[in-house]
Amino acid sequence: MLEMDSNYFDTFLQEPPRTKMLDRLWAFQKSKGYISDADVTTLAKKYDISEVEVEGVISFYHFFHRKPAGKYTIYLNKSMTSQIRGFSRILEAFKRETNAEVGSIDPTGTFGLFLTPCIGLSDQEPSALINFYPFTNLNSLKIREIITKLKKGVPVQDIYDKPKDNIQYTPEGKESIFFSDFKPGTAVAKLASLEPKGVIEALKQTNLAGRGGAFYPTWMKWQAAMDEKNTPKIVVCNADEGEPGTFKDRVLMNKVPETVIEGMIICAYTIGASFGLIYLRAEYTWLKHRLEEVLNKYREKGLLGKNCGEITGFDFDIRIQMGAGSYVCGEETALLESAEGKRGEPRTRWYYPVQRGYLQLPTVVNNVETFSVVTKVLDFGVDEILTYGVPKSPGTKIISASGDCNKPGIYEIEWGTTLKEMLELCGAKDPWFIDESGPSGTVLSMDDEDRPIAMFAELSSEQHIRCGGALTIFNKSRDIIDILLNYADFYKQESCGICTPCRAGNFIIERKLERIRGGLANKEDIDELKQWSVLMRTTSRCGLGKTATNSLLNALDKFEDYFNERIHVSEKTKNLKFDLEEATREYEHFKN
Amino acid sequence: MGKHVNITIDGRSILAEEGRNLVEVARENGFFIPTLCYFDHIDPPLGTCRTCTCRINGKPGPACTEKVREGMMVEVNDSELSDIRKALVEMMFAEGNHFCPSCEKSGNCDLQHMGYELGIAISRFPHLFKDRLIDYNAKRMVLEHNRCIKCMRCVVDVVTDDGKRVFSYQNRGNETYVGIDYEQEAKLSRAQAVEAMNLCPTGAIMVRGESMGQPFGERKFDRNSIRPDYYDKQFKAKKRKGKLTKKTIATASLAGCFGCHMSMLDIDTDLLDLVELVSFDKSPITDIKNFSKQCDLGIIEGGCCNEENVETLRAFREKCDILVSVGECAIWGGLPAMRNTMSLGECLEEAFLNCVTNEEGNTVIPYDENLPKLLDKVYSCREIVKIDYFVPGCPPDAQHIWKAVRNLLWDENYSILYSEFKYD
Repeated sequence: MLEMDSNYFDTFLQEPPRTKMLDRLWAFQKSKGYISDADVTTLAKKYDISEVEVEGVISFYHFFHRKPAGKYTIYLNKSMTSQIRGFSRILEAFKRETNAEVGSIDPTGTFGLFLTPCIGLSDQEPSALINFYPFTNLNSLKIREIITKLKKGVPVQDIYDKPKDNIQYTPEGKESIFFSDFKPGTAVAKLASLEPKGVIEALKQTNLAGRGGAFYPTWMKWQAAMDEKNTPKIVVCNADEGEPGTFKDRVLMNKVPETVIEGMIICAYTIGASFGLIYLRAEYTWLKHRLEEVLNKYREKGLLGKNCGEITGFDFDIRIQMGAGSYVCGEETALLESAEGKRGEPRTRWYYPVQRGYLQLPTVVNNVETFSVVTKVLDFGVDEILTYGVPKSPGTKIISASGDCNKPGIYEIEWGTTLKEMLELCGAKDPWFIDESGPSGTVLSMDDEDRPIAMFAELSSEQHIRCGGALTIFNKSRDIIDILLNYADFYKQESCGICTPCRAGNFIIERKLERIRGGLANKEDIDELKQWSVLMRTTSRCGLGKTATNSLLNALDKFEDYFNERIHVSEKTKNLKFDLEEATREYEHFKN
Repeated sequence: MGKHVNITIDGRSILAEEGRNLVEVARENGFFIPTLCYFDHIDPPLGTCRTCTCRINGKPGPACTEKVREGMMVEVNDSELSDIRKALVEMMFAEGNHFCPSCEKSGNCDLQHMGYELGIAISRFPHLFKDRLIDYNAKRMVLEHNRCIKCMRCVVDVVTDDGKRVFSYQNRGNETYVGIDYEQEAKLSRAQAVEAMNLCPTGAIMVRGESMGQPFGERKFDRNSIRPDYYDKQFKAKKRKGKLTKKTIATASLAGCFGCHMSMLDIDTDLLDLVELVSFDKSPITDIKNFSKQCDLGIIEGGCCNEENVETLRAFREKCDILVSVGECAIWGGLPAMRNTMSLGECLEEAFLNCVTNEEGNTVIPYDENLPKLLDKVYSCREIVKIDYFVPGCPPDAQHIWKAVRNLLWDENYSILYSEFKYD
């Protein structure tokens, strides 16, 4: 097998040693299950930084441990889709079988049991990662079998579940844009005749907009990077698919990784980049090998490396950077910081990544799906793409559907499909509370069923649903407050922690929601929740804090009746509801 | 000198050098914008505290991360933006454990100062009382994590002579804190350590032996506001109406120290007016135990730490037309709320069982049916009943209380001086 030319990167881009920090930490972590004091000292010396800085990086990522985390480290998904599929039973089963408590290891040090947010397997929950190998559709019996086998010394890689792609739907009577057969190199072969401006033009005509959920016009981003004088330039594929309920990128990378990599090559050609980086979330470690295989195949075919695709002077190669457990690293500037071997703290917009991105070089960051579409735009041709979808939103969109539906999985729908049609396709059972684009997206009710899923509104009066890629369905048996508390807990832990409204705000919101659950809230509490949500949205430093209260705000708005039933109506006495019995319960322990 | 551009701040045209930081430009032109993380020499700016949020070309955003450019339209002072900035500072008070009366930095603290300038009497957010450590391990410094607002100043700015960072954020989310590197800290000179302490906008970084030098009352933010518009905007004077009729006041000290009551006596010769104009009903001043009638005004000192406090407070709410929380304890828990970061059990065991001064083998945690039951934490008054007004301070300035009382009872003109508005 042709190995990546290790000199390549050095020739075109001298990455400072520190960019290897996360890789080094992973090596320590894997070799003995945790990172020791000696390791910290070693790294501090190696990178000539203080130890507290190394500790800062380690403690930012929840898959790094400073204490032994077991020979087998189990990460059970605690996301909402896992909760409704029996999370608590599964957790009990793991505790029982492994003898480990949450957040620690069993007395023999064999098993470590930890909880983690969505691992991108919402279509096959409950699921867990054991040493980063996936185990899906868990039940108590299955857990007993798994743990028994591991105790007997059966290697994890022999017994894990290869996640199914669950592609449930592609456009009827048409060829799938994403999943149709694709011969590597077909799109790259068209580059020489198109030239960079031809690529930009094709993207413009197909109205391609960032599929990570922000829907920023891709051509504008690429054009800006193209215009930057500074070199070398960088292409980054954001494969840190952390939004709970989203798993489309997982399927793309597993099923059609060629289209993703080829999209990066097209981008590199267009903007004049010589260096590519795939930032892959640690939850998808099991996909790393697959991507590496494809990268090597591309190198063998001459599609990566020097003179890519026989285009003279076009040198480009890609390396994979593993994340280490942090949702905010899906934010592009946090991702860049993380790839540089630092804490994944988002940058301010003082500079945009196309101006100063990875290592302060001009950088295009796009989502997995965006690159995939780029390849298919060139492969299919603009005219063909325009036959899909609706005029202002041509093409198709991949939706990861999960929750209370009969057929969870991947849906490649044409833009313009209504929510109702989508719910019918996935066999939603009595849908009630529907989360679009995960917790940071919007909440939909059945009042929204006629709204189309689209990038842009066809008419100004149209209320389109701008879905980033997830549809999480909950039926009436689910309690909205449980869902919202699950989200609040998620954001409270996943905030990078450096700006006030997000770090403190999510914590405060959680306390307030607990008041509602405890039956102590009144109308004022609801009003304050709304005001504070808007405050966080207005003042947070990055997209995480700005969108963290989206679901909450929508829910308060669309499910007013639900909340009205749960609040206590203030009496005229001006006495607030206070649970004296609860407040004195602890003191009662001291009764002789 | 670079190129100059025209920008507009609150409708005023301003000529400024292109590319300069908006916060600086606004300040130079007499606009007050609160900042806590901003430092002119840090590039790119940190943008962590968000308290300088303005509206720039119609979009809300922090002024400190904006470069001045031609045609920029900036809004600073409208009620929405002022409230947003105030809310962000309030959020910091709710998030940390800021006990101003017992803080060495009081008077020199930027956070406290912003609270004063913005007229924050109470945080609209519930205090979180997250348990945080105090790190005494470093050679010179004490790191008081309760007071840290995670502004990032020290993280980027305090480095050793060989270029290593002394501070770095640890963890993330609500567990984020600023960690200190003991090895690097030891390399700092005394002067560098003091500089780090002064750099900190709160009392989170303290240098042993250096923190108490300057007397309270003579510190940086003790006397005067830096706002040109402080007295215009902070406390709108009300119109006096009618003659002064005799009113009834009731007072109570719940989980407090009676310091606020003592402060009330500090109005000196005004006491003579007070006697003329006011009769006291239930109050420790008169020792009247039960309400004899409906009162015009109730003054509450202290929060609620036991069931009796809750009962008293509820009676006050019933019997008083207007109810005022006076002092930090009544407002948000104050010093007694120091126990809120730990469990009641832990607290009682430490005090009654494990304390070094206890007689061995003869310790008991008091529990008797005649003793009011302790609550799991100290609650602020507004968690139990609706409170109409809040007078901050520990204790509040006598004049502050007296002005507030006269205003509430007789609609008198009043204007609180900057120096009368305090948290300590």
